[in-house]
Amino acid sequence: MAKEPVAIVGIGQTKHVAARRDVSIAGLVREAALRALADAELTWADIDAVVIGKAPDFFEGVMMPELYLADALGAVGKPMLRVHTAGSVGGSTALVAANLVSARVHRTVLTLAFEKQSESNAMWGLSLPVPFQQPLLAGAGGFFAPHVRAYMRRTGAPDTIGSLVAYKDRRNALKNPYAHLHEHDLTLEKVQASPMLWDPIRYSETCPSSDGACAMILTDRAGADRAPRPPAWVHGGAMRSEPTLFAGKDFVSPRAGRDCAADVYRQAGITDPRRQIDAVEMYVPFSWYEPMWLENLGFAEEGEGWKLTEAGVTELDGDLPVNPSGGVLSTNPIGASGMIRFAEAALQVRGDAGAHQVEGARRALGHAYGGGAQFFSMWLVGDTPPTG
Amino acid sequence: MTTAREVAIVAFAQSDHRRRTDDLSEVEMVMPVLHEVQRQTGLKASDIGFTCSGSSDYLAGRAFSFTMALDGVGAWPPISESHVETDGAWALYEAWVKLLTGEADTALVYSYGKSSPGSARDVLTRQLDPYYLAPLWPDSVALAALQAQALVDAGDTDEPALAAIAARSREDARTNPHAQLAGARPQGGYAVQPLRTGDCPPIGDGAAAVILAAGDRARELCARPAWIRGMDHRIEAHSLGVRDLTDSPSTRLAAERAGAFERPVDTAELHAPFTSQEVVLRKALGLDDSVRINPSGGALAANPVMAAGLIRLGEAAARIHRGESDRALAHATSGPCLQQNLVAVLEGEPRG
Repeated sequence: MAKEPVAIVGIGQTKHVAARRDVSIAGLVREAALRALADAELTWADIDAVVIGKAPDFFEGVMMPELYLADALGAVGKPMLRVHTAGSVGGSTALVAANLVSARVHRTVLTLAFEKQSESNAMWGLSLPVPFQQPLLAGAGGFFAPHVRAYMRRTGAPDTIGSLVAYKDRRNALKNPYAHLHEHDLTLEKVQASPMLWDPIRYSETCPSSDGACAMILTDRAGADRAPRPPAWVHGGAMRSEPTLFAGKDFVSPRAGRDCAADVYRQAGITDPRRQIDAVEMYVPFSWYEPMWLENLGFAEEGEGWKLTEAGVTELDGDLPVNPSGGVLSTNPIGASGMIRFAEAALQVRGDAGAHQVEGARRALGHAYGGGAQFFSMWLVGDTPPTG
Repeated sequence: MTTAREVAIVAFAQSDHRRRTDDLSEVEMVMPVLHEVQRQTGLKASDIGFTCSGSSDYLAGRAFSFTMALDGVGAWPPISESHVETDGAWALYEAWVKLLTGEADTALVYSYGKSSPGSARDVLTRQLDPYYLAPLWPDSVALAALQAQALVDAGDTDEPALAAIAARSREDARTNPHAQLAGARPQGGYAVQPLRTGDCPPIGDGAAAVILAAGDRARELCARPAWIRGMDHRIEAHSLGVRDLTDSPSTRLAAERAGAFERPVDTAELHAPFTSQEVVLRKALGLDDSVRINPSGGALAANPVMAAGLIRLGEAAARIHRGESDRALAHATSGPCLQQNLVAVLEGEPRG
């Protein structure tokens, strides 16, 4: 049974900022959705279903906010599905929406993910003490720092790599009008002199807390034929999960990430990701995750990821640009961050990424992860419909 | 509706639903039902193509609560897995779509909820519009009572009719070993007028699991699969002020899209936590007295939040498995006063 090909015909983001005090949660998501509809030259009436994602409800203090958001997203009378897979949710949400189209259950689907972190405090939302479980009392950074240290020890990477990633992503963000952080006066020296938060992670190597939303319109082949601009096409998509804690878990390169990438490459016919993929939007909330994920996703041999970063391969004008948009390090509305990666990958193959466009990008990978490096979602998009 | 692929519910298990489970973690509550559906089908975690769960962080009182439940699934080697922050009925919907794409042949769906650590009535107020409604803390029983009063005012029901629904449900629950409330119970005083204690669901903890399979795989795993002939869900406006609380157009539309009106059903498992909501749903679905409603006792006998909708799908399927039904409707709801509704039509193969 052949699946229906899935096209991305509309993309909309809000300008991500620390606090959008001018809009409610409903106003925020509607802004992104309207931009995606405008991009696709469609109206609410063209949408058959809405698939919405965000990270924990505690981040805004609203339980199942999709119920309250039904009106704002034109979902009244339509199916509305809420996805929550921790930090990978933005990607998972897009994949659930894509499945609705590929299974021919619906023809045109609005998918959206958001976080309005200013309504609450994400650090403490993640830090509730739970009996008999490992406390996460220092937010995500405290959880991930030991795994970064393990990576450095395992690979012998010099301790300057993290700052190179942060400096690169923040410079890329200057070319992206929607990015949260626009640090015009940043220098590599300033990154390296920033305070140490969770050794070895420095302040300037961490993601900000953002308010923001990202929306996409996914449609079938007939919908793509009517699209005003060339669509991006889904060539492969997958999710993988593994337990949070167990003896033998490799936090440096989780197997769920490797398996997820392998599944996506198999679907998309990718045999040599380093050469066949033109741009990568990778979920890098702490700078050291770029070299770590370069290995996990098969762009570098084990222990070699940091060498690509050091050699400038991942720069915007490098051989394998990673996070041309500025990435999570520059913009982190948590629940939306994964979808932004997926959407930015689509923008690249549509040739629509503006000043941060990777010239000639034809195949791009969107990547997200979440939980204790245990949930992964990815898609590979191309500028032509998938064959076969 | 016609789907590209035949998909069936082939196994169902649920916990004994209890007022409190202080002695169990969520993982400990979920594990036995996972083991039970695996035993029924002979499948191991590594045999299953896709897994999807439903739960709510607000019940657990902490972010990412579902991550620990996943550890109980045995997600190693890594599995293809997803989660909805809703009743498990919507997890089943996501899994059904996944099977329709052809990317998997089997799926495990589970959900759970522990209401006992907090006050369910207070917690559920947090799912209301956070700016205008939630600050007033209108609780779930008060909102249901508004709906019940609208029905009484419209002449759609009265207190004796509601009491009869409560009595029938709890009488039926006598044959349900998992039920929390079974047998004759006093209707009691008003919880919030016109709803009496007996019109309201018990507050309880529980879990459920289902296995789905496509085509011949379903026939291998189950003697009489419950084929999902159609499934759809629809949402309505959030604000109660813009809805006719005596009707449920979203249920009717979902049922129509699921093919429920193409031929009569013999059984309906309705997710109606309040007696008055059964009145609304029966009207929206056009169910007359020939249809067996909630033979399990329904949500009035056990209402583990986030699992009660999935249990309706499981109970309807189990009746088909046992040969007690040939065509059943299963319904799940989410949100205040039946805001969001899912309908599935299940059928067993004709018996010769």
